[in-house]
Amino acid sequence: MTWRIILEVSFFAAVLTALAVPLGLYMAKVFEGERTLLSPLLRPIEGAIYRLAGVNPYAEMSWTRYLGFLLLFNFWGLLVGYLLLRWQNHLPLNPLHLPGVPGALAFNTIVSFVTNTNWQAYSGETTMSYFSQMFVLAVQNFLSAATGLAGAVALARAFARKEKKTLGNVWVDLTRSVLYILLPISVVVALVLVSQGVVQTFHPPVKAVTLEGREQTIPLGPVASQEVIKLLGTNGGGFFNANSAHPFENPNPFTNFVEAMLIIILPAALCFTFGRMIRNMRQGWVIYGVMMFLFLVGAFACCWFEAQGNPLFSRLGFSSGPNLEGKEWRFGAIDSALFAAVTTAVSCGAVDSLHDSFTPLGGLVPLANMLTGEVIFGGIGSGLYGMIAYALLTVFLAGLMVGRSPEFLGKKIEKREVKLSLAVVLVPAFLVLFLSALAVILPAGREGITAAGPHGLSQVLYAFASTANNNGSAFGGLKADLPFYLWTTALAMLLGRFLPLAAVLALAGSLVEKKTIPPSPGTFPTTGWLFAVLLVGVIVIVGALTFFPGLALGPILEQLLLSRGRLF
Amino acid sequence: MARRKVNLWEPKLLIQAVKEAFKKLDPRQMARNPVMFCVEVGAAYTTAVALGEAFSRAPEASFTGQIALWLWFTVLFANFAEALAEGRGKAQAESLRATRQEAMAKLITPEGIKVVPATQLRKGDVVLVEAGDLIPGDGEVIEGIASVDESAITGESAPVIRESGGDRSAVIGGTRVLSDWIKVRIAADPGSSFLDRMIALVEGAKRQKTPNEIALTLLLAALTLIFLLVTVTLVPYSLRYGVLPSIAVLASLFVCLAPTTIGGLLPAIGIAGMNRLLEKNVLAMSGRAVEAAGDVDVLLLDKTGTITLGNRVAVEFIPVGDATETEVADKAQLASLSDETPEGRSIVALAKKYGFRGRDLADKSVEFVPFSARTRMSGVNIGNRRIRKGAAKAIIQWVQDQGGEIPPDLEPKVEAIAKAGGTPLVVAEDKRVIGVIHLKDMLKGGIKERFAQLRAMGIRTIMVTGDNPLTAQAIAQEAGVDDFIAEATPEAKLARVKEEQAAGHLVAMTGDGTNDAPALAQADVGLAMNVGTMAAKEAANMVDLDSNPTKLIEIVEVGKQLLMTRGALTTFSIANDVAKYFAIIPAIFAHAWPELRVLDVMRLSSPENAVLSAVIFNALIIIALIPIAIKGVSFRPAPASVILRRNLLIYGLGGLVLPFVGIKFIDLILHLVR
Repeated sequence: MTWRIILEVSFFAAVLTALAVPLGLYMAKVFEGERTLLSPLLRPIEGAIYRLAGVNPYAEMSWTRYLGFLLLFNFWGLLVGYLLLRWQNHLPLNPLHLPGVPGALAFNTIVSFVTNTNWQAYSGETTMSYFSQMFVLAVQNFLSAATGLAGAVALARAFARKEKKTLGNVWVDLTRSVLYILLPISVVVALVLVSQGVVQTFHPPVKAVTLEGREQTIPLGPVASQEVIKLLGTNGGGFFNANSAHPFENPNPFTNFVEAMLIIILPAALCFTFGRMIRNMRQGWVIYGVMMFLFLVGAFACCWFEAQGNPLFSRLGFSSGPNLEGKEWRFGAIDSALFAAVTTAVSCGAVDSLHDSFTPLGGLVPLANMLTGEVIFGGIGSGLYGMIAYALLTVFLAGLMVGRSPEFLGKKIEKREVKLSLAVVLVPAFLVLFLSALAVILPAGREGITAAGPHGLSQVLYAFASTANNNGSAFGGLKADLPFYLWTTALAMLLGRFLPLAAVLALAGSLVEKKTIPPSPGTFPTTGWLFAVLLVGVIVIVGALTFFPGLALGPILEQLLLSRGRLF
Repeated sequence: MARRKVNLWEPKLLIQAVKEAFKKLDPRQMARNPVMFCVEVGAAYTTAVALGEAFSRAPEASFTGQIALWLWFTVLFANFAEALAEGRGKAQAESLRATRQEAMAKLITPEGIKVVPATQLRKGDVVLVEAGDLIPGDGEVIEGIASVDESAITGESAPVIRESGGDRSAVIGGTRVLSDWIKVRIAADPGSSFLDRMIALVEGAKRQKTPNEIALTLLLAALTLIFLLVTVTLVPYSLRYGVLPSIAVLASLFVCLAPTTIGGLLPAIGIAGMNRLLEKNVLAMSGRAVEAAGDVDVLLLDKTGTITLGNRVAVEFIPVGDATETEVADKAQLASLSDETPEGRSIVALAKKYGFRGRDLADKSVEFVPFSARTRMSGVNIGNRRIRKGAAKAIIQWVQDQGGEIPPDLEPKVEAIAKAGGTPLVVAEDKRVIGVIHLKDMLKGGIKERFAQLRAMGIRTIMVTGDNPLTAQAIAQEAGVDDFIAEATPEAKLARVKEEQAAGHLVAMTGDGTNDAPALAQADVGLAMNVGTMAAKEAANMVDLDSNPTKLIEIVEVGKQLLMTRGALTTFSIANDVAKYFAIIPAIFAHAWPELRVLDVMRLSSPENAVLSAVIFNALIIIALIPIAIKGVSFRPAPASVILRRNLLIYGLGGLVLPFVGIKFIDLILHLVR
């Protein structure tokens, strides 16, 4: 079993690396406006979009303008999306005649999709019309991913440029993200998924008679088109409530592999985009290496604990098979665990199994992946800029040890950079601690916890870790549609997304104005294994120090109790 | 001059520091250090709780009391570290200031000369200083010329000439005029002279935090805040299980997690950095300058006095034509007997190796011809013989004027010396050219190795010299500097500083003349020589009392060591937290969830002892690290990657492991005592 895990996880990592490098370089070309393979086809469309929108693609923007337009863009998305969800009963493509989405839920949902979280407090098939799925949720799947990409690209430019004031043009970055990167991959892979049995239709649900003679409603919809961007954009909001566990979203082990790859490919490729844009591929590789290392540790651990299964069974004399509770038989324990590690390391949140049913330590991995702030590949764009914020703090903490005031990629790290990096790293941690404490102490919050003992605490921790870090995966169990959770998770998603994003652009604005100090033997080396080890150390220690009490009282305690025969 | 080192553990300083540590408990002072301020609030709160428990005769009062006590110790130890560093700085500054206490000044007023105490002088006042008087304050000579004994400040026993105008017009308060008189315009109000400014930099209340220190404080404050939240949220988490951790335990957890080690030692590290400069007789005008010194990656070094000894020395006699080497030595020595310049003396000394010593020219009809700018040669007339030495062109002209022949091998030999960076002096007797003296710039001992070390640390050295490019290149090569500016003017220096800065480098340089001032002000670290002009000293951000330009290298090392110490202790402090968690978390829930004892990897004797051990360790580590904070981490010049690996091993890994051992050890003692 151990060998199968090693083989499978290594194969996944190898394929990922082979795809991520060329894709990353392609993306760098796209954002630097260079000619690519798709240019002959897409250039005219791109130009037409700018003319139509009245945008001058050559107008460079300061960080305040860049951020201002980005926030405005997201705000309009939020407002329009909210209204469309509320009024979906008056809109076309609603074969089930579903009513308008209730206010709090509509707000929670649109916040969730705008923030690239895709936390779902509803069941797609019984709440959302086809119109809402396609023109609200799927559109936001594209736009929220593009927003993340824009943030990361602006930060990369801040390192690449010296003593400049501007970070590029936000409209151009958003347009190119969608046009050159997200759309082409979505179109091609959607066809692959359709060939494997993912449905794509406007046909209303069909009624079928089962062998027992009962009538069953089988929901359908334009699934394939939405499936790819759900994963590619690290969104994770499933068409169906069962998400990627549903056979119409994810029919077989091959699509399962493709879908896991789709989730992780862009955040991984961005490391190389960054490396190429700052003209320092080694730095890109080091960041990739750190992310990959942390990912592999989690993936192996998660697969291993799930493959071990429940120790109580073996004590009762049964052969201890893998833990299959809450998993799809067609994927099995290892594929499901790998998918769980991928979807939480990357801030995607699509699930093909119930994380709630994992063994306590197997379930600790997804939780830990999120609590480190979604930087292990992380969200599209946001993972990279989160990791760079960690890198800045690492340089600041340990860089002094070489006897120079800290610098990263030639840019001096001073008070302002420290402040902003701290905001990027600590805002989500702050939200998780504060809101989960609120949830376990207020009656309104306690009402939603469905398990006793440490498992209940895990549910709450997971919910806020998932929302504040814009992951969106659900542990299951928690009554997420209670007003308390609708509002607190919406708050966590909004602040967890836009405060760090604003901080990142302010950081970029500050860095871009700085001189670039040429490297010398006296410079703190950030492209070697020593830095990689340090960075891993800082991520783990900061994460561990912040959440050790919560994790000790949640999953760790649960595992200890489990081994004594107490279940929750 | 003797380094004024103050013994770290001198009883007088220690007692003073203990008193100061208590005075610093004043919350208004503590608020400057957010981390320790939070600890103080925690200590006060825990004390209040302990008193409450004591009145109600609660059994846990003793435990709470002990925790409170150790929390106070944590604050006091941190204050003690800061006070000790301050005390040392003040003691060092005091010993410099002692020289300038009781001086009286002869103030020149429109009504005539008035004698006033030096402390009453204001900037712009003009005073008369006569032979035997102490100069009452830093200032500039505006009239007169005098020889001044500056040994009190610089340790250099030979008197120096101070005169109005030019580069030798600055005088320092506390030095004594030996002969003649000067009128001095006082340059600063009392309390703002260089020394006073330096003292203010080490004194707590007035101390300005440096940029890096501010950023680090910010980071530590943010960590403190998040750990405060971690501690507070533990209450609802545990209430879920019907457990309410006591205030003492919560306060302990918080204080152990907060980066108290670095937070407590941070001020001491900064002050100690200034002190180390003071030990080297360098006055820094701001803490920022010390920090910048660590970042410097380009050094502009004056050739003379820094790279070379300052005087050229004769190293070789080269005969030309049919002359012999011994003959050259003989004639060269004769020509130099009255030459009192260091070059002249070195020629006499070198010739002695050829057996020419103890010449007695008294009986001969000897006439010495001193050097003049017009003839550009010097020498001696003995009877009818006229012996001359001088620059090649001048001697050739002189010989040709007498109708002499120039040997064909002269020119190549002269050129060879110039190419090698030396200065050729040609010796001739009447119509005959005899040979060439090779004068050479002597490098300071060990300077080449020093530059190699600097290069390994990523610091480039640029030699600044007035020599021609050919000579400059030869010396640059020999000394192993990375680059040189030949025929340098102050403008060229300034231009180079700006150019390097534009390329992203941080530049340090030395200077003493008024026309160096713009470049000194432009450089990131400008070190003025104490013998230099007031303008140079005002423009620079450091002054070297010894006027030794080589100090610049030591200053860079002090700066680096300061930053390194900060980084090492920060890393240590944060790595410490891991062990403390493993001590405290299982202890809190020992009764509610005995299963969590698995996390108690240190197998501590009891939950109370576990918490107490962690708190005691946390307090004692501050005391244990005071010597490192004040003396700085050990520093050897090496590339950043090597330094990083070493420090990471000691302070990163050490910081992770040591507290496990320390806490266990303290627990064993507590277990035995109870």
